[in-house]
Amino acid sequence: MTVLEDLAQPPKVEVRTRGISRREAWQRRMPLLPALIYIVVVTQIPFLVTLWYSFQNYFFDVPGGAHWTGLSNYKAVFTDANFRGALVRSVVMTATAVIVAMILGVAFAILLDRKFFGRGVVRTLMITPFLVMPAAAALVWAGPMLDPNFGLLNWLLQPFGVHHVAWLSTHALGSVIVVMIWQWTPFMMLIVLAGLQSQPPDVLEAAKVDGAGAFATFGELTLPHLRPYIELGVLLGAIYLVNVFDAVRLMTNGGPGTSTTNLPFYLYQQVNYAFDVGGAAAAGVVTVILTIIVATFALRMFARVFQFEEAKG
Amino acid sequence: MTAVPVRAREPGPQKFREMSGKVGWGIVAWVVGIAFFLPVAWMVITAFKPESAAETWPPKFVFSPTLAQFRLVFSGMGPFLTHSLIATTVSTLLVLLLGVPAAYALSVNPIKHWRDGLFFFISTKMLPIVAAIGPLYVIAVHIHLLDSIWLLIILYTAMNLPLAIWMIRSFMLEVPSELLEAARLDGAGRIREITGVIMPVISPGLVSTSLICVIFAWNELFLALNLTVTNAATMPMFLISSVPQEGLYIAHLSAAATVASVPVILVGWIAQRSLVRGLSMGAIK
Repeated sequence: MTVLEDLAQPPKVEVRTRGISRREAWQRRMPLLPALIYIVVVTQIPFLVTLWYSFQNYFFDVPGGAHWTGLSNYKAVFTDANFRGALVRSVVMTATAVIVAMILGVAFAILLDRKFFGRGVVRTLMITPFLVMPAAAALVWAGPMLDPNFGLLNWLLQPFGVHHVAWLSTHALGSVIVVMIWQWTPFMMLIVLAGLQSQPPDVLEAAKVDGAGAFATFGELTLPHLRPYIELGVLLGAIYLVNVFDAVRLMTNGGPGTSTTNLPFYLYQQVNYAFDVGGAAAAGVVTVILTIIVATFALRMFARVFQFEEAKG
Repeated sequence: MTAVPVRAREPGPQKFREMSGKVGWGIVAWVVGIAFFLPVAWMVITAFKPESAAETWPPKFVFSPTLAQFRLVFSGMGPFLTHSLIATTVSTLLVLLLGVPAAYALSVNPIKHWRDGLFFFISTKMLPIVAAIGPLYVIAVHIHLLDSIWLLIILYTAMNLPLAIWMIRSFMLEVPSELLEAARLDGAGRIREITGVIMPVISPGLVSTSLICVIFAWNELFLALNLTVTNAATMPMFLISSVPQEGLYIAHLSAAATVASVPVILVGWIAQRSLVRGLSMGAIK
């Protein structure tokens, strides 16, 4: 894998790879094997089985079990407008949530990087949304916060001319995305804040002495310094947010219609309501292939980010 | 008093501007912090309301608090809590058991292709488990683990192991090499090197690794919802069950959500510093 070659972190204890004997090589591998075998068995076998089922006609509710059906599941997937819709929605939801959360995260990190009264408390308040159980967050937003008749948000927005808006029926996708942003902004903020605090203060001092304005300093010194942190945040955020299920299932149940159905929820429905194991498997395989394409780029980015990180340490 | 020139006591205009700017940004930060915390605060406040005070317009801020909802929550939560505790604890222990030696083989005493190993682990995090949920269900039925707590333990271990390996590795790389050399000169074998030299040094790191695993396992809903019914249903499932088809439920739901969230919130608050390192998988120190 050429992707990985830029990750240049020499291990602390010297390795003489060429000189080690076969026995020694195996002894080095031994501690790794349990974890490796475990992960291969638990995470790869289900995907192999998925691949197999994607060529089978198999419904839970139809007796007789699975039988070979060739490519018909794939044909169904590619002609299914719902699948395409869910795919597009997944991309839109993930991209919007990640980008907005990152912008807010950078802004709040800059706020929290300054010294002010009660900074620790504010930081603690800020990270709490990320710690709330996603299922709890979804239900609390759907009920006490966004309810059209007694929700807190409508009351807060009343001075701005908002009257009993039924957010989850009129702005369903936006509402779900808002909750995703609310949960993940703290994550982005924490990572960017760590980046800000690792910036050498003397460089900033020098810029100040040279008469650089705040914006110029930020744009030309801070932002380039933050870049790997931002990339890391975007990458990790995207890995988790593309799988968002709790908010969709518990706030809108994919609706109204299919307006908030993302890929995870689509697959969930295929299995739990349509009982279509074969169809869901084919959709799953397509999802995995798309993921691998994206992940190849993501891994490349990872290698770069981690190289930067470790070279510094 | 008047003898003292007033001007000398006042900060100069430049300094004054700077100070008010500082205070101003501090206030902005407070407003943002409170705004982000508001839904959580509202959840906790609503949890202490009687159901009749939870569904009013305008929302009530003054009411006589009651523990009735919490009593109701505690009375029904028992099995769910037990399942969550078992799944979270056992999976985290398994992660450490498998993760520590693996991280060792990728850092201190590395195999030849340690980079590929690292990236293989992390690539499994990128594969969406949702894509395999139907077949997972079928497999679970075949191996008689459907609705079993062991199934959740197995899956949560696999879910957290890659993260943990990256994280533990980053801690192991910080163990001073003199310590390791000294141990080797003493003739310590690999096992003694791990348990006697490395583990004591990285124990704070192992604690923060565990906390991250606990948070992710405790909060997990998708797998629990698809693969358990009653015998292994966890706290997120309990939350869902607290939303009835009809009737007033907002206060009850808020109490359940509060009880389910508080353990992880507290853990996260306590472990704020190591949270960053854990979430970045050891990339940020």
